[in-house]
Amino acid sequence: MSGTAGVVLGAIFNLDHPAHVVEWHFIQLSVANLVVIALMFVVFFAALLLPFPGAQNRRKGRS
Amino acid sequence: MSATENPPQSSWTVKLRERAVEALPPEKLLPDGQPTYVASWIYIFGVASIAALVCLIASGSILALKGPAWWHYTSVGHFFNSIHLWSVEIFFFVMVVHLWGKYWMAAWRGGRTRVWITGAVTFLVAVPCALTGYVSQQNFDAQWISTQAKDGLNSVGVGAFFNVTNFGQMYSYHVLLLPLAVVALVASHVLLVRRHGVVPPIDIRSRIVPAAPATPGANGHPGAATDTSATPGAAS
Repeated sequence: MSGTAGVVLGAIFNLDHPAHVVEWHFIQLSVANLVVIALMFVVFFAALLLPFPGAQNRRKGRS
Repeated sequence: MSATENPPQSSWTVKLRERAVEALPPEKLLPDGQPTYVASWIYIFGVASIAALVCLIASGSILALKGPAWWHYTSVGHFFNSIHLWSVEIFFFVMVVHLWGKYWMAAWRGGRTRVWITGAVTFLVAVPCALTGYVSQQNFDAQWISTQAKDGLNSVGVGAFFNVTNFGQMYSYHVLLLPLAVVALVASHVLLVRRHGVVPPIDIRSRIVPAAPATPGANGHPGAATDTSATPGAAS
């Protein structure tokens, strides 16, 4: 990554601090990992709900 | 007449070939198309996992060839280090979505038990394959992680066999033993998918029984009102 891009991203995402952590009883998760898990749910449901290109044509062709 | 035109039927190569072709004929091994139900986004995460695995192995091979000083101190080394990191992030991301999708469509149906098992074991083997990468970085991060991990592994009694502070052992696991296992499992998983076919979605229509008028007291069974076959009164 070039120096300029690094400075710009650094201005947006301040990483100069300990990780944010969510604690619930014995469960301890970093916010970064929680974001990834949330994204996996989003992608999973999007894959179920979004139409696949050409799927309708295939079904018509079969019938 | 040459000897190859009439090979002895007792030859192990002939038996192996015949069994292989019987199990996976060429049109099944490399099919022309897939069933209509495969035209769904939920079916792409398996091949996305394989694509990420290819990127992982390619970038990891380059890192292994060039060595730690290159991946820590040069721009190109940083680039390939990042490719390797993000490949593994994507690999696990799409593999977990693939796992969820297959779990909820009960992908072990129709004699696909071994397909499911090889997939699940691949996931379990891929986890230590990735974690040994953390302790193979050759930096303070690796030292910190290995000294934390050794306590966990010692607490369950496997520290003598799996020493995370031993770089040579961890590196061998990371670049050879565990990747070999992952690739072998993925290959067998894909071959089994080719043999049994991609699992179809659960057909909800076949599970819905046409609604029937309520028949009070019929059999006293909660499902009697909808189970037309079990309730004579419901047919009228």
